[in-house]
Amino acid sequence: MIEIQNLTLVDLVNKIKKKDISSKEITKYFVERSKKSKKLNTYITENFENAIKKAEEFDKKPDFKCKLPGIPLAVKDLFCTKNLRTTAGSKILQNFVPTYESTITENLWKSGAILLGKLNCDEFAMGSSNETSFFGDVQNPISENLVPGGSSGGSASALAANLTPATIGTDTGGSIRQPASFTGTVGLKPTYGSCSRYGIVAFASSLDQAGPMTKDVKDCSLLFEVMSSYDNKDSTSIEFKRGNYLKELTDSIKGKKIGIPKEYRIEKMPKEIEDLWQKGIDIIKDSGGKIVDVSLPHTNYALPAYYIVAPAEASSNLARYDGVKYGFRSEGNNLIDMYEKTRSKGFGDEVKRRIMIGTYVLSSGYYDAYYLKAQKVRRLIKNDFDEVYKKVDAILTPSTPSSAFKIGEKTDDPVSMYLNDIFTVPVNLAGLPAISIPAGIDKKGYPLGLQIIGKAFDEQNILNIAFSMEKQINFKNNLNDWWTK
Amino acid sequence: MSIDLKTVKHISKLSRISLDDKKAEKLASDLNAIFSFIEKLNKLDTSKTEPLTSIAETTLKLRKDEIKSGNIREEVLKNSPNKNKDFFVVPKVVE
Repeated sequence: MIEIQNLTLVDLVNKIKKKDISSKEITKYFVERSKKSKKLNTYITENFENAIKKAEEFDKKPDFKCKLPGIPLAVKDLFCTKNLRTTAGSKILQNFVPTYESTITENLWKSGAILLGKLNCDEFAMGSSNETSFFGDVQNPISENLVPGGSSGGSASALAANLTPATIGTDTGGSIRQPASFTGTVGLKPTYGSCSRYGIVAFASSLDQAGPMTKDVKDCSLLFEVMSSYDNKDSTSIEFKRGNYLKELTDSIKGKKIGIPKEYRIEKMPKEIEDLWQKGIDIIKDSGGKIVDVSLPHTNYALPAYYIVAPAEASSNLARYDGVKYGFRSEGNNLIDMYEKTRSKGFGDEVKRRIMIGTYVLSSGYYDAYYLKAQKVRRLIKNDFDEVYKKVDAILTPSTPSSAFKIGEKTDDPVSMYLNDIFTVPVNLAGLPAISIPAGIDKKGYPLGLQIIGKAFDEQNILNIAFSMEKQINFKNNLNDWWTK
Repeated sequence: MSIDLKTVKHISKLSRISLDDKKAEKLASDLNAIFSFIEKLNKLDTSKTEPLTSIAETTLKLRKDEIKSGNIREEVLKNSPNKNKDFFVVPKVVE
């Protein structure tokens, strides 16, 4: 009997190809384990029976040439899946059944993967702790009553708890990397334009990117390879030759120049994070990489600029939820009254807060002072990175300013919640790729991540650096499966 | 700068989200905290900086304006909370 829980995605693919194990055996394992893990609240919609049926079909007529042959995967509930409810964690979409498939999930199924179910997330991907979901808080398998991070919290938690061999998330300001860091897993936010946004419930269109969340860097390379494609249904999708990221993966980083930005050494940063960063620096040096001190002078302005740009785009994107064409409706005395009641009852507090911020900064008389200003600051932030990339190949920073926190700890203070994304947000504003890898634990035993930021479309390079570091860090989550007891 | 209750009510109208007074007060205090954090941007001189409107900075591609999927009325109406056979239904807007 093969111990499925210890296998990575790449292992599973190899075992299926060698016929050591069937798709049905694997699918049943993850279904059974998911059923025993309800306490984590990772699933919004299960597709278990269908998944087993699909696995049986695969085993009868297997295609071993595809990249994810008969592999069951659960995905963030922000990706539209044809004929399967897609909620974006919101009441307003609680009954929405898409009549079309997102390009990213289509890419997965075309590669042989099977849908296990849809995973919990912050409402419309707005949150850093998975506490804004209409479908309830998600538990971090690391410890009871600990947040898994957000917004891809259900994805991170399901992955860490081994309810799916890998998963996909979306990242607008850190929503893949921060939960990856909080759960001891790997998460990649690709370059803007490399993964199609078609069929993903939109949050902030100039920042949103989908990406892989996996147990290790090899898995991440494989899944990214499947996800990334040019798509004429997304007008910002970029046409270029995609790499064979897994095949080209190497742990040799000799001579690579890695920048350490001094502005990320923020005030009141816990010593553990400082130490973790230093550990990363030492590992790179040991592997023959060169450490270069660099400066990204506008780092401090990234978060305030983000909290103008993202809500502004969100207020526009979420204008479509009016109770007419799909989703929840609350009846009113007249049309306007219906709109106002529908949106008031259909959206949660954080989403309303952001729509209001966005509406305000775009409103007559304030546009120049806020939105235009933020776009100018965005230019300065991008220029910072362009300058630094004349000198280095990649940048190393911590992924988050702290480890995971308790459920409820930060819900009353939006600004303190927003500060979670201080190291991840600049990357989205500049459209760059970045990966978070688990790098150690703090004194409470909670995982901490390091972030490697790359040049645009240089995912292979940051995957290589991550792969090299991963080998030396040799991180393993120590889970006692408390949620199954 | 501070956002008063009147402003919150005005934004709520613009956003088409109804708010009761209690919620409006809570929002006013949240928004003030968030905007005092955002005000930091004013310290930067951006008079000579061009705004970054799109990260790819390529012109969007043009395509032919053609119908790729037709006759999908049923599908389009499928998720509507209130519909008849052919249309979305909303409260009466003309007398």
